[in-house]
Amino acid sequence: MTTTTTTPTVKREIKVASPTRQRVMGIIFLVIGFGIWFLFSRDVEAGTYTKFGMTTGGQVASIPDLTVPTLATLNILAVVCGVLGVVQLVRKDGFGKYTNLVLGGVVAAFVISFLTWAAAGKSINFAGLLNTTLLKAVPLTLGALSGILCERAGVVNIAIEGMMLMGAMVASLFASVSGSLWIGLAAGVAAGALLGLIHGVLSIKYKTDQIISGTAINIFSIGMTSYISSKFLQVYQLQLNNPGTFQPYAIPVLSKIPFFGGILFDQNMFVYAMFLLLALLQFGLFKTRWGLRMRSVGEYPRAADTLGINVFRTRYISVLLGSMVAGFAGAYFSIGSVGGFDEVMTAGRGFISLAAMIFGNWIPVGAFGGSLLFGFADSLASKLAILGVQIPSELLLMTPYIVTMIVLAGVVGRARTPAADGVPYEKESL
Amino acid sequence: MTNEKSNPKEGPPKQSASEIFLEEISKPPPKQRSRWRGIGQAIAIPALAVFTGLLLGAVFIVLTSESFYAAWSISPIAGLKEAWDIVVTAYSALFVGAIGSPKEIISAIINLDPEALREALYPLTESLVAATPYIFGGLSVALGFRVGLFNIGAEGQIFMGAIFAAFVGYSITGLPALIHIPLTFLAGALGGAFWGFIPGWLKAKTGAHEVINTIMLNYIAFRLSDYLLTGPMQRPDSFNPVSPTIMDSAKLTRFFDDPIRLHLGFIIALGMAWLVWWFLFKTEWGFYLRSVGANLHAARYAGMNVPLAIILGMTLAGALAGMAGGNEVLGVNYNLAMAFSSGYGFDSIAIALMGKSHPLGVVLAALLFGALRNGATSMMLATGIPIDIISIVQAFVLVFVAAPAIIRTIYRLKPPPEGEEGIMVSSWGGD
Amino acid sequence: MAPVLELKGITKRFPGVLANDHIDLTLEEGQIHALLGENGAGKTTLMNILYGLYQPDEGEIWVQGKQIKVHSPSDAIASGIGMVHQHFMLIPVFTVTENVMLGDEDVRAGGILDRKTVAAKIRQISEQYNLQVDPDAYVEDLPVGVQQRVEIIKLLYREADILILDEPSAVLTPQEVEELIKIMRSLVEKGKSIIFITHKLKEVLEIADQITVIRRGKVVGATTPQEADQNQLAEMMVGRQVDLEVDKEPGRPGQRVLEVKDLMVLDDRHQLAVDGVSFEVMEGEVLGIAGVQGNGQTELVEAITGLRLSTSGKIVITDEDLTNSTPRQITEQGVAHVPEDRQKDGLVLPFPVADNLILNTYYQAPFSKGVVLQADKILENANQLIKDFDIRTPGAMTKAGALSGGNQQKVIVAREFSRPIKLLVASQPTRGLDVGSIEYIHRRIIEKRDQGTAILLVSTELDEIMGLSDRIAVMYRGKIVDVMPAQAVTKEQVGLLMAGITQPAA
Repeated sequence: MTTTTTTPTVKREIKVASPTRQRVMGIIFLVIGFGIWFLFSRDVEAGTYTKFGMTTGGQVASIPDLTVPTLATLNILAVVCGVLGVVQLVRKDGFGKYTNLVLGGVVAAFVISFLTWAAAGKSINFAGLLNTTLLKAVPLTLGALSGILCERAGVVNIAIEGMMLMGAMVASLFASVSGSLWIGLAAGVAAGALLGLIHGVLSIKYKTDQIISGTAINIFSIGMTSYISSKFLQVYQLQLNNPGTFQPYAIPVLSKIPFFGGILFDQNMFVYAMFLLLALLQFGLFKTRWGLRMRSVGEYPRAADTLGINVFRTRYISVLLGSMVAGFAGAYFSIGSVGGFDEVMTAGRGFISLAAMIFGNWIPVGAFGGSLLFGFADSLASKLAILGVQIPSELLLMTPYIVTMIVLAGVVGRARTPAADGVPYEKESL
Repeated sequence: MTNEKSNPKEGPPKQSASEIFLEEISKPPPKQRSRWRGIGQAIAIPALAVFTGLLLGAVFIVLTSESFYAAWSISPIAGLKEAWDIVVTAYSALFVGAIGSPKEIISAIINLDPEALREALYPLTESLVAATPYIFGGLSVALGFRVGLFNIGAEGQIFMGAIFAAFVGYSITGLPALIHIPLTFLAGALGGAFWGFIPGWLKAKTGAHEVINTIMLNYIAFRLSDYLLTGPMQRPDSFNPVSPTIMDSAKLTRFFDDPIRLHLGFIIALGMAWLVWWFLFKTEWGFYLRSVGANLHAARYAGMNVPLAIILGMTLAGALAGMAGGNEVLGVNYNLAMAFSSGYGFDSIAIALMGKSHPLGVVLAALLFGALRNGATSMMLATGIPIDIISIVQAFVLVFVAAPAIIRTIYRLKPPPEGEEGIMVSSWGGD
Repeated sequence: MAPVLELKGITKRFPGVLANDHIDLTLEEGQIHALLGENGAGKTTLMNILYGLYQPDEGEIWVQGKQIKVHSPSDAIASGIGMVHQHFMLIPVFTVTENVMLGDEDVRAGGILDRKTVAAKIRQISEQYNLQVDPDAYVEDLPVGVQQRVEIIKLLYREADILILDEPSAVLTPQEVEELIKIMRSLVEKGKSIIFITHKLKEVLEIADQITVIRRGKVVGATTPQEADQNQLAEMMVGRQVDLEVDKEPGRPGQRVLEVKDLMVLDDRHQLAVDGVSFEVMEGEVLGIAGVQGNGQTELVEAITGLRLSTSGKIVITDEDLTNSTPRQITEQGVAHVPEDRQKDGLVLPFPVADNLILNTYYQAPFSKGVVLQADKILENANQLIKDFDIRTPGAMTKAGALSGGNQQKVIVAREFSRPIKLLVASQPTRGLDVGSIEYIHRRIIEKRDQGTAILLVSTELDEIMGLSDRIAVMYRGKIVDVMPAQAVTKEQVGLLMAGITQPAA
């Protein structure tokens, strides 16, 4: 009898590649390759060169700028994409589980082609571009981490926007009054936590629909911060809304690394904190007891309950932590970047964080990738205006949103949402 | 018992066993409530929610008034008196700004002075003007809820509606108003419908959740309008991001002389509310959409085309929101400017919830919020209290309506016998 | 010596229902104690109380001679109580190791999970009790039988001495049930005590040491397998002489109504669920499809009713090829469907009974004229059907969600049976219903058959299949292993076929 009942475990890899998806991907690669040629190659004359600046502004040049022949670069990239497309189509299973990686490469090739074309005969500060990309990605990443903390435990948080806004306002106010940026930061984080507590009570205790509760917090935060701002901050600008900002701190040795040193290791506290939180959450979520329990509550709360895990407490803690991170992200705007609070200064970044979180499949590192994408589009848009490229920057700014919708539609693989995300937990029911 | 008749073979002991079981399992029939009590129950929560919201708003106003602290430091009694004065001043200004001064209205009626009457009724009509986009927006979100969809993208649909309406309004010339007005208005609806169709189609075909997609589409619409207003649709003689003024033939008819701005859009909004009600509750299409909204599995089993309902629901919701955008362009602004919609989309969610996703409720809630918004402007001018206080009040109202248990706890109301009719949206990935 | 576990006077009330009424139960060490009762008798409620998921309104729990308070599952686990729930409490996207360790993790400094140690423990437990589970497999990839063993490992990992198994055999093939019984024996041999919840009499008689029968929340008898036989237990369980037979004449099959030919259907995970199935159903006969849950019956029914696309093969209903037609096209061809999950698929619970009764005919005359619904006709129809089908409801406008399970099912039956139909597809038509409703629905089905309707009955309850069918088809792993006349086979033969054993063992 025992010989007949070995445990047959289906290999998980089988499900990754479906034939249609393989074909779609191959065609996408081909189209991109063709697009590079059609859109860019045909448009440049032979003999032009593109110069990439490799040092961020204000730094001592450590490596020389990179100058490439425009047309040759474009053609090579176009051919590479085309070949990858053909391989994907012809080879059995295409690139298999590396398909997404190849897709990333192809998209990168397209972006580089675009830059090469846009700056043909001119120069573009590549390092500067990456630097702004990172800075723009900081609040987005923090916001996305906030979302991951909440949603991995099963509570949808679309109030990130409101929490950020409140965090920004409170941080600016407290930093100005106390004269200490750190006190301002702590106050901003506390403000986020307070809103998180409200969201928690509404969605966990009262089992309100979490999207409605989030919307209420957003409306409240916009109203509250604008009210305080127009009644007090704008009137007593100097005393109440003049916090200053955290200054960059160059990490010895590391900041001297050519190219990357200036971008990664000569930034203010928020950038380092983001990387630290990112690493902590990535590790904590998948390698620790805390993460395992939290994810179990987001996947199947009743199962967690039967094993003695307090579902409500876990959710409260996660929502509180998440909203603190959102408050922290908000503080970045006022005391990490601008040096004061403006009405509605987050400008929808909380919602973009949400998109970045989904883009990254509720995985911290993936969300960071998504944030970089949004940050890149944002910083590229401003660079293009300087280069005088005939593409409206608004259309470029739309692309990340469109990409998020494409990701959500499952073209780049199925989004794997925590199973109990957004579902209130009922302890006793018949 | 009818059992006996249909099955004479059954012996008495068998009968009793199943009967006892049935009696124990089936709930006792709920007592038929009187019609009035039912209506009272339906109104109690929203009414108390608004009351409590305004109360908390008053507390907030007092706590942010310097004069209150000054008076409090003299004596608590002086403080309380000052607090009372602040609230009375503020809310009287709000009331007069929203409804008008009763004294002026009465004296104008007595004196039969048309100009004075217009003057006196101006605040009230302005409230109706402010309520008009809310009716459209609220209907949009409510219709979405009825089909089981959360249309958080009304804002973007309003923008698209405004863009379409503005374009048709200024670019087509030489039409009589009788044709131009409906054409422009429909263009607005079409713009919104297009913007609603996209997330509907995506949800139907791929299961992508409409909340995220509509949020994304909001931002795409904002960027698109930024682009259009600094490029193709910019007024030729202007450096401001604003579209050309629409043709006179496209302007929604105003009913009275200046300053009263009340226009045809309000009547259309009321008409749409009736149409949505009739469509949802009296037609087979409405039955179909509501069935999908209430239980899409059962709807599918009963042979209904669920993906089509989702697409249709989002498209119709988008069309209604698009009308809100068109209405603002055609009836109030006469052009499209950047960021013209100040959060109508999100307010619409509050209005739909307050109206319990019923068209009549939506109209009432929209009138209330229109009046509050309009009154708040006067309040700001009179007392210096920022208009944003209304958002705060609105957030409280939204919370109380969405979590009636809080209101029940505060006012010690009994829970309804049939259980709370809460609104729940399927979770992100819930295919 | 004190018994391992004693429940004294446990009482639990839910709104409108007395789920447990002063229940006493004593479990001796190293014994298997069967808790027997019908669906809805209160067995699961009692065990959820013992496990700390519900709080009792009255009563005491004693373990090893000491009274304990169980406020949460943690308390139960601490007292050595473990439970395998009817619906497995496993997280599909976690590995076996992660599922087992959850809530009782081995960690290194800083709360870092020590998966290796736990995996080793699982391997050891798995060997000790011959459970054969791979700790690194993802639960969603495991067959149901193995998932159950993962649940058992969860208890053993926590060193539980009292094991509660809630309806463990419901989802298993007869063969897997045999496995399970062996595992249970080896557990008690090693000193564990088991409470075994079930409504299957045969299993009780085979394995239990003690039997407690509860009915409508009350203990109605305590006995042993030596003292009682199947009929006595059945009588205790339902409170009267049970006549499991359905009174019916032999069917008079006429012309062919449904023909299914070489049908292939994939399940949600794109695995082949229906594998080249062919059969026919004639007018005036009941074809019963027997099989353990999860052998492709659900997918088969969904393909026939148009809810799921087939990848190849043919479905012909009265000479009309309806392969991969829409549910509406199929409904309009005179096919009625009583779905497996009545609350999810059969009814719109927030809608009034009247609306539920026109859910698939709302667009037709007389209910709709043009596009306008005819409220008076809808109400008239509802009142008529409420009377005809004895639906016990305060009124036609009462929400369907407010009715009892039996009456909800009657609403579905009324809706489906009241239109002219040629084929009835009934999937688990009596699951979870009280005896009265079961009898009623069985009678109606036979009535329909006698009027000349072709009936395809899918059920995992062998008794139901045996009682209603004229012919029986057995489905196993997506294939129909045999079709035979109902009179010609015994329950045992069908049971063997359900286990995939085509040639009776010598």
